[in-house]
Formats: sequence, C-alpha cells, structure tokens
Amino acid sequence: MDDINAPTRRKLFETIGKAGGMVALYQAMTSLGHAAETQFNGPPKLSGARKGSTVVVLGAGLAGMLAAYELTKAGYKVRILEFQGRPGGRNYTLRGGDSHTEIDGTTQKVEFSQGNYLNPGPWRIPHHHRTLLHYCKQLGVQLEPFIQLNHNAYVHNTDAFAGKPVRYKAVATDFKGHISELLAKSLQQNALDEKVTTEDKERLIEAMRGWGVLDKDLSYKSSLKVSGQRGYDQPPGAGLGGVPTPSNITTLHDVLDSKVWNTMSFYFSYVMQTTMFQPVGGIDMIGKGFAREVGHLITYNAKVSKIGQNAKGVTITYEDALTGAVSQAKADYCVCTIPLSVLSQLEVQVSDEKAAAIKAVPYSGQVKIGLEFKRRFWEEDESIYGGHSFTNQPISLVSYPNFNFFQKGPAVLLGAFASGANAYPLAGMTPEQRIEAALAQGEAIHPQYRKEYMNGTSVAWSRVPWSLGCCAQWNDESRKEHYQNMVSMDGRIVLAGEHASYYGCWMEGAMLSSIDAITRLHKRALEA
Amino acid sequence: MSIKDFTPSRRQLLSAIGTTAGSAAAMQAMAVLGHAAESRFTGPPQLTGTRKGASVLVLGAGLAGLVAAYELNKAGYKVRLIEYQGRPGGRNWSLRGGDTHVEVGGAVQKVEFAPGNYLNPGPWRIPHHHKTLLHYCRLFNVALQPFIQMNHNAYVHQTDAFGGKPMRYKEVATDFKGHVSELMAKAINQGSLDDKVSKEDKERLLEAMRSWGVLDKDMAYTSSLKVSAQRGYDLPPGGGVGGAPTPSAVASLSDMLDSKVWNQMGFYFNYVMQTTMFQPVGGMDMVGKAFAREVDHLITYNAKVTKIAQNAKGVTVTCEDMATGAVSEAKADYCVCAIPASVLSQIEMQAGDKMLASLKAVNYSASVKTGLEFKRRFWEEDEAIYGGHSFTNQPISLISYPNYNFFKDGPAVLLGSNAGGLGGSLLGGMEPAARIEAILAQGEIIHPQYRQEFMSGVSVAWGRVPWNMGGFSRWSDEARKDHYANMIAMDGRIVLAGEHASYIGGWMEGALTSAIDAITRLHKRTQEA
Amino acid sequence: MNIRYISHRLLVVMAMMGASVPALAVGPGFKLPPAETGEQVYVQACQTCHQPGGKGGAGAASAYPALANNPKLGVAAYPILTILRGRAAMPWFGGTLSSAQIAKLVTYLRTNFGNNYATPVTEDDVKKLSVNLPVSGE
Repeated sequence: MDDINAPTRRKLFETIGKAGGMVALYQAMTSLGHAAETQFNGPPKLSGARKGSTVVVLGAGLAGMLAAYELTKAGYKVRILEFQGRPGGRNYTLRGGDSHTEIDGTTQKVEFSQGNYLNPGPWRIPHHHRTLLHYCKQLGVQLEPFIQLNHNAYVHNTDAFAGKPVRYKAVATDFKGHISELLAKSLQQNALDEKVTTEDKERLIEAMRGWGVLDKDLSYKSSLKVSGQRGYDQPPGAGLGGVPTPSNITTLHDVLDSKVWNTMSFYFSYVMQTTMFQPVGGIDMIGKGFAREVGHLITYNAKVSKIGQNAKGVTITYEDALTGAVSQAKADYCVCTIPLSVLSQLEVQVSDEKAAAIKAVPYSGQVKIGLEFKRRFWEEDESIYGGHSFTNQPISLVSYPNFNFFQKGPAVLLGAFASGANAYPLAGMTPEQRIEAALAQGEAIHPQYRKEYMNGTSVAWSRVPWSLGCCAQWNDESRKEHYQNMVSMDGRIVLAGEHASYYGCWMEGAMLSSIDAITRLHKRALEA
Repeated sequence: MSIKDFTPSRRQLLSAIGTTAGSAAAMQAMAVLGHAAESRFTGPPQLTGTRKGASVLVLGAGLAGLVAAYELNKAGYKVRLIEYQGRPGGRNWSLRGGDTHVEVGGAVQKVEFAPGNYLNPGPWRIPHHHKTLLHYCRLFNVALQPFIQMNHNAYVHQTDAFGGKPMRYKEVATDFKGHVSELMAKAINQGSLDDKVSKEDKERLLEAMRSWGVLDKDMAYTSSLKVSAQRGYDLPPGGGVGGAPTPSAVASLSDMLDSKVWNQMGFYFNYVMQTTMFQPVGGMDMVGKAFAREVDHLITYNAKVTKIAQNAKGVTVTCEDMATGAVSEAKADYCVCAIPASVLSQIEMQAGDKMLASLKAVNYSASVKTGLEFKRRFWEEDEAIYGGHSFTNQPISLISYPNYNFFKDGPAVLLGSNAGGLGGSLLGGMEPAARIEAILAQGEIIHPQYRQEFMSGVSVAWGRVPWNMGGFSRWSDEARKDHYANMIAMDGRIVLAGEHASYIGGWMEGALTSAIDAITRLHKRTQEA
Repeated sequence: MNIRYISHRLLVVMAMMGASVPALAVGPGFKLPPAETGEQVYVQACQTCHQPGGKGGAGAASAYPALANNPKLGVAAYPILTILRGRAAMPWFGGTLSSAQIAKLVTYLRTNFGNNYATPVTEDDVKKLSVNLPVSGE
C-alpha cells in the first residue's frame, strides 16, 4: 500500500512541471507531502480551431460562459442559449427592486435598501478555488474577505444551556479544556502506555497542558489564563478597576450538550477554511464580468426543448419564452451546461448510458432567507462582525454581512440557510410564513429581531423554475456507475457544470468541469 | 411526499417556527445572562460642568494623550498637548516610501516601499472587542478592513520538525486533533476514564471524538478522503474525467508532536487574537491622524519635556524645542502625562516616591518588526496564502502577509519578523543591513522565492526607538501587585495615562481606556477642588 | 510502509528527489546561534539597547546606561538582579536566559568594556537571586 502516494504524486509533478517550470517544480518538491491546492493549471490553452467551427453552448451560467469565453478565444464561432433574461444562472444576487417567482407563480418583491443584497446561491470563495480566482482577476471582479470564522458568534442548541446561545469562543475553549484534561490524566495514569512512547507521552502531556490551558495539576479550571481564551467575566480595563475577573467554565456534560465539535469541525473543512472571499457588491459580479466578455453571444429567454445530433452536427430546438416562437440553432458541437434537474426533462439525443446518468443525480433544495434590519445590532450590541452563528433549529444558521462593517442604517443578514430535512418544511411554506419562521427561530439567538426587522426575502431552491433545485447530489454509488458516462463526450455533445465535477455545489466545480469539457471537445474537433 | 403536495398543517408550522421561541423578554434575559462581558467601554466619558478657565497640559501625542486632549477640550478645558516628535500618533505609526527611521546608535534607514505599501511598526491589528478604539474609529470615520488573523493555509515551521520543512497549518492541526481524538477514544473504550465520566457522557464523548477527529469506524485516525476534506488532498477534487480526488497521507503522532502546532492552535484561541479583527485602511497611523485632525491646533510638536513640576496651584512643565534648543515653560492647573514609563522614568518629575518607583517597576519589550517589499505577491500567486501568519521557531517568529490589495500585481510588503524575547534582542542588536539579511535567511526557509523577489526592507527594533525606548509595557504579577495602583493614582495635579497604566498592555485599547479613566478621575478632582 | 503515516525517512527520500533542482537550500533553517560565552549572550540579548561596546544610548536615548566603565558593575548582585528582574525600560531576562548564561554574561561585563572586576560570577550566585516572574494571562 505504498502506492497511496506514488502515482498521484507523479501526476502532480507532471501537472506542476507543465504549469510553472523549475520554480514551481522546486516548490512542489520542497513541499512534498503538502496537499496540492487545486486541479487548475491555468486557463485552457486551446489554439488552432478549424476555421468556421461552431459550438452552441446551452446555459449562461458560469460553466457556459466560461466555455463560450475560452472557445471564442480559441477561434470557434460560439452562440449561447439561455433560458432566463439575465446571465449568471445560480451565480446571482437579489437587490431592492428585484422580484422572483417560484414554480407555482408565487412572486416576491425584494425591498432591501440601496447597497444591500442577498446571494441566494453561491456566496463564498475558498482561497484554493483558483480557477474562479483566476477569472475574477481576469474579468476585473473585485474581491473582499468573507469572514468565515468568528470566535465571537454564537453556538445555539435548543437542548444545551437551557436553549441559551453561547459564544463559540467560550464553549470551544471549554471543549478542548475538558478533552485535554481527560487525555492528560489518562496518559499520566499510564492508560495509554501501549499506544505511545514514553517520550511522546511526556510531549503529549505538555501539549495538553498548553493547548487545553490546564493548571499545574492538569485540571481544566476557571482562571484568568483560561479566560484569556474563553472570555472574561470582567475583561481587562484600565485605571483602578482595571483588574480582570475570570469567567466560569462550563462542565463537560454541558459542553457535550452543545455539540460544539460540529462547529469546530465545520471550520476545519477544506472548503470552509480561512481565508475566504466574496465579490464586492454581490456574487453576481462574476457572472456580470463574464457577460461583459460574451454577452453579445447570448440569446436570452430561449427555452430549449430538444437537443438533437447526427454525424454532421447538433440541432437545438428552442422556444422564445416571450413570443412563443420556435427556432433551431445548429452547430458542429454542443456544450450543454443545463442543470440535470432541468436537462432530465428535455429530449436529448444521447446514448442510453448518458441518458441514465442525467437522470441519476438528484438535486438538493436549500432555502436561503435574507432579512433586512434597521441597524447592525449584531455589531453594535454584540460585537459580531461577519461569520456565522449556528443553531440546531431548521434555519441552521444566522450569517452576518461581511461588507459595510460599522455602517449606520439598514443591513441584510442571512436569516436561514436550511438544507436537507430542514429545508423542505420551509420550502413548503408561503414566503410570509418562511419569514415568520426565520424570525421566530432567529430571535432565540438575537432578541432584537422583532424590534429591528424591516423586510425579508426567501429563495427555496426546489421551487426555482429555472433550476429546480440547488445543486447535484452524488453519492458513492451513483458516482461509480454514472459519473464517467456523464462527463464523457457523446457524439458531438459534452456536458459541463458543477454536476459534472467532484466539486458539486461550488462555482469552482462548474468552471473546472467546463475547462475539462471544452479541452476534450477541442481535441475531438481537431482529430475529426 | 412531493414538494408541491406539501402544505404544512398549523401544528407542523408551529413546530417548525416555534419550538424554541419563548417570550421575547425571557429570551432577552437568557441571551444576556451568563455571557462574558465584551468590554468595559460604556461610551465616551461624560465630563460636564467644567470650571471656567480650568487648564490641562497633556504630555505625549500618542493615542492616550490624543484622546485625553480631545475629550478634555470637548468638556471645556483649556488644553495644550506637548509632543516630542514632529508628528502625532506615537507608536500608532506607519512607515511608507520616503520616510526615514533613525535608531538609537545613529543607524538611519530610508524606506523605499512603492506607493501604497507600508509597515505598521507598532500596533497593527484591532480585536473586535476593543470597543473604545472602534468607537473613535467610527466617530472619526477611520475606515477599517478585516485583518485576516487566522489562515488555515499558512505554514507552521519548526526547524526540528518534518525535516525543517514548513507544513500547512490545516494539515498538522487536523492531524493533531485526529491523534488526540483517537487516543482519547481509546482511553474511554479501555475504561480508563470511568471514574471521571458518566456512562452517558462517555458515549457522547466517543461520538464527539469520532466526528471532531474524523476517526474511522474503528475509531482510528487514518488517511482517507474524509480526513483529506480537512487536512487537504494529495490531488484535490476537480471537474470532468480526472476529477476524482486522492487522499493525502496523515502525519504520525510523533511527527505531529515535533511541530508543536498546539502553540498556534492556542494562539488563535487567545481572547485578543480571536477573529474578527480589523486594521485601518491605508495604515495604522490613520487612527492617530484622525485624532490629530480634531486636536492638531492644541499640539506643540518637537518639544522635549525635561521637567515636570507641581505645587498646590498647578503644574509647570519645562520643555526644550528640538529644533532651536530654546527652553520654555508651560503651565496649567493639571497634567495628564502620557509619556511611556520607559522614557518618563528618566525625566525629572515632582511626584511621590510611589509613583516614581512604579515607573521603574514596569518593563518594556524589545521586539523587532520588519517590513520586506517583494516584486510580487508570490505567497498569494504560488501558495494561495492570503493574509494571516506563518509561524516559525526561528528568531523572526513569523511571516505575516498583507491584508490589503489582495490579488494585486506589483510590489507588496509583508511583515518579515515580529521577533519578541531573545529573538528580538538578537535581531535588534544587529545593524539594519545585517538584520535584513538575517531575516531573509530565515524567511527563505519558508518561502524559497524570497531572494529572487526581494526589493527592499526596513526594520524597527523597538529597543532602539529613541522616542520610546522599548516596545510596550510588561507587568509581572509581582510588580502589578506592588506598583500598579501607585502608577495610576493621581499624584497631586498629575495623572499618568497610557497602555502601561492599564491591564491591556501593548494594545491601543489599553492606552485609550487608561486615558479615559485618568481624565474622568481628573475631572472629578477638579469638581471637588 | 504503513499508509497512515508519512515518515521522516520518506521525507528525506523526497528531499533527495529534489536535490537535482539547483541553487536552493532546503535546510533546518536559521537557528539562534548558541549563546555559550558571555560575549555571545551580550550580542544576542543586550546589544540592541546598550549598543556595541557597551557604550549605551546617546541623545534622546541617553537613558540607556553605558556599561563601559560603569562602577555599578563592581557589585555583582546589581547587574544580576537587574538582568533577572528588569528595570524601567529594560525587560527582565529571568526565565529567558539560564542562570549559567547570566553568570557568564555578568562575568563578561565585569571584565570588559573598561571594567575590571576580576572575580567571576558563578551560576550559584545567580540562582541565589533568581525569581520567577509570572505574568497572568500570558
């Protein structure tokens, strides 16, 4: 089993060698054993497209627009058909004056103040999503930090601390304190002598003492030193009364009630780790950036009904959503980035394997709710600047805006980000009921909610007509059976999108998938 | 049940909405009860009823002096602020291209940074709970931006761990908690903790360890895609045909212990280091400059205080004009002295023995901060490190990446050292050129691009800063016990202020809260007088 | 090899793989040179403020006392205590420097920079005056 490293490492070197020459190779070598950051090797280098070759791209989301952008650069004649009247797809932002309509016709009008917004779909960019970061730079999309980890936000569990929210810093410090004490004492009592060497045992005890802030007896107790992490009863000040007083730690039992390790683990997720970014002004700045480049290639309001192909080319039948007029678009090849949830309902001339793959992947149905309040009470009253408070209620979290910190006047926070079983009941409600639910749950964390509330809007992804779900949900089984069939080129058609990647639900997945698809399409076109 | 069919019953609705929501008042009480207080700050001081004509001399135009002057002036006092340097701010200071820095011993450094780049030699980050400072930033429209404190992708480097190779924080921190969880789970399963943990908690602890440590079904910490989803992959997930990820290999317990990563993990948990943090847009000195916009007309610059005298009627401060050498006296009813104890202890001051002794009882750090300018942001471009710190056990102690102008082309300045303790003394004892060389030699171990990309550097050895003679105050528990109360007590007509006269030493918040406390007591005294 | 762990040995092999890449040292890094002699301790810990040759600060920083020709070094306990406990601007070094290092440093100071107090200071002399200065919350 030596091989867990060998082949992949070699592959890595090949990748890096190609991308960056000696410096990059050296970097890779010195950092052997370091995980690679990305599969992105720079934008695709597609050149020498045959004169007059044409591609029709279906869908003007990020995958589609990237494909159009790069294929055009490579010399293809490209056309994009888009169902909606705007570019970006799920890369979109709701602002005051916008309205959005659900599958049953329910319409919400957004009432946010100028400058405030909700990103109903993607909203944060990991530092290692280098494809996306590359195009942001190329397209002049300005980014700002997304505050992911906020030690001062709350952890709320209805079954812990009598339903009272507690600060993450306090309960996470207590968690590691109690764990350290228990492990240090076990080690000291030689309970783990079979597992660790004498030398490591001593070092581990020292580690537990330092990391857990244990006292000289290796106990986790209330003290100023512990308060130097979990927060004080009276924080240090100045003058005569400046002396700080320690806070009281909570018991192991109470800490376990809080399940804070879930939150601690969340912050350790590869895709959730700091530093993260967001576009200044709303996530749709990315889609708009692409549209500045390829907007002239897009036919909007084009509802695709059939994707046909033969040995000579592809024929797309679509209906003008405004006039009802039906037309056909022909091209040599097709890059289809329509979400599977929608694509599975269209007539598509592909192999049975691909048709099966298209039907094999269900979509998640998250619900996001933006709530506008009269003032930033979370900042002003509670010193919470960005980041998330987590709760075991259906809303799942309250996430604070990462822009316009300290500003006076109305601000929008994310009042719910429900998924799985939590999402369906919320999605099934009317918009008014959803807001009421978000307020009722949110005020358990922030009692200022009712007094400061102005308006809100919710997006239930299972009810979004143009996407019928939020993003693709692969499991190990479907991945094994269908993934390669999904991504393989089928005649003159290739699929792209987050669903055709191992980075499901992330913009990076859509883009990496698109680069891979058009690279293969180009190779095929040159071989033809 | 399909989505379309789902119409919630009232009961379902109520259970979704209302399981936790009690009366708002009860929630309010609960939300507040038991939370640790965030700050002592309850708003700016309310000084009213100032006696007509009352005057105060403030010594030192650092943040303590500036806020004292601002608030006393607002309260109606006749205020004059005397400053040794030719600029406001004191240690609240930024160095930019064209600036010159002269050390004790005479060494001169000219800063060569490109426009827009800077080094904050002193304070550089603002915790979210430093509400006094945040209050004044907001009041004076000092724009703040996030200071990226915690970066999972930065390095942890120990010369005697992993063959001296830097590791990503995420890798080794994930391994730390993985191994700790595995051992913990073993101890629990062996019954080693039965006398300490109830049966119910034992089960829950095991669940916690499994989840937090990402243990496998045998409660072991092993390489897997699940573990890689925290520590990083060998080949991360991608798109299309070759999209499948491959796992990275976890480090052994023994190797992980070499890295001493718990020090970093603990650092990020420090109350004063926790996220969210901020920095002023454009340089830390934006804070001092903002204050100065309010009180600049009250400041006499380049005035070296040589004597602070007092009697029953008032205070007399003797100063020397640094440019002309002319000696003059300034008189007032009271004096707020915000000169650092390191300097003040050398000045003749008519104060009680207790206050004088307190000045010698508090010590100062001698840290060394160094700004290095590079041709490009290789840490971002090559290594996906955006802000935050890489830590090392070398004397430089860390490399800290700029938290502004992310993704920008062209030269950028990073913090090449923040050396404290002996590391600070060692680097500070070198002449600037040798210091930069030593800092490059240490830094290139972490970033081999250093030599190729280096442009220029400037270092501030606080032990050699003539106007401060040290970085920030450090109280031992013993000195605090014997001397703190004596330091802050008003002595006749003199009261001291500054970070040294607080329990928040080394932070701007300490200077501000100390000054507010001092002037509040001073004001009360004038009311009683 | 156990797939769970990437060993030091493997790392060494990997480093050798990189050996063909020119000109870049992969090393254990810059280490604080061992301060074994009194002079080394002086350079590493004291020179930053007291300046090369113990000449002390000048001008604005004249408060940094010169150690050259300084009669206060005549009584060994004075420098020992000052180093252990700090004084005004000067940080304390108790806990930072070992007793042996402090003994060598004080002996060095007393016999250099124009000072001529030949009696060596021993580690024991330092230990007798040693204090531990805890700082809460650090």
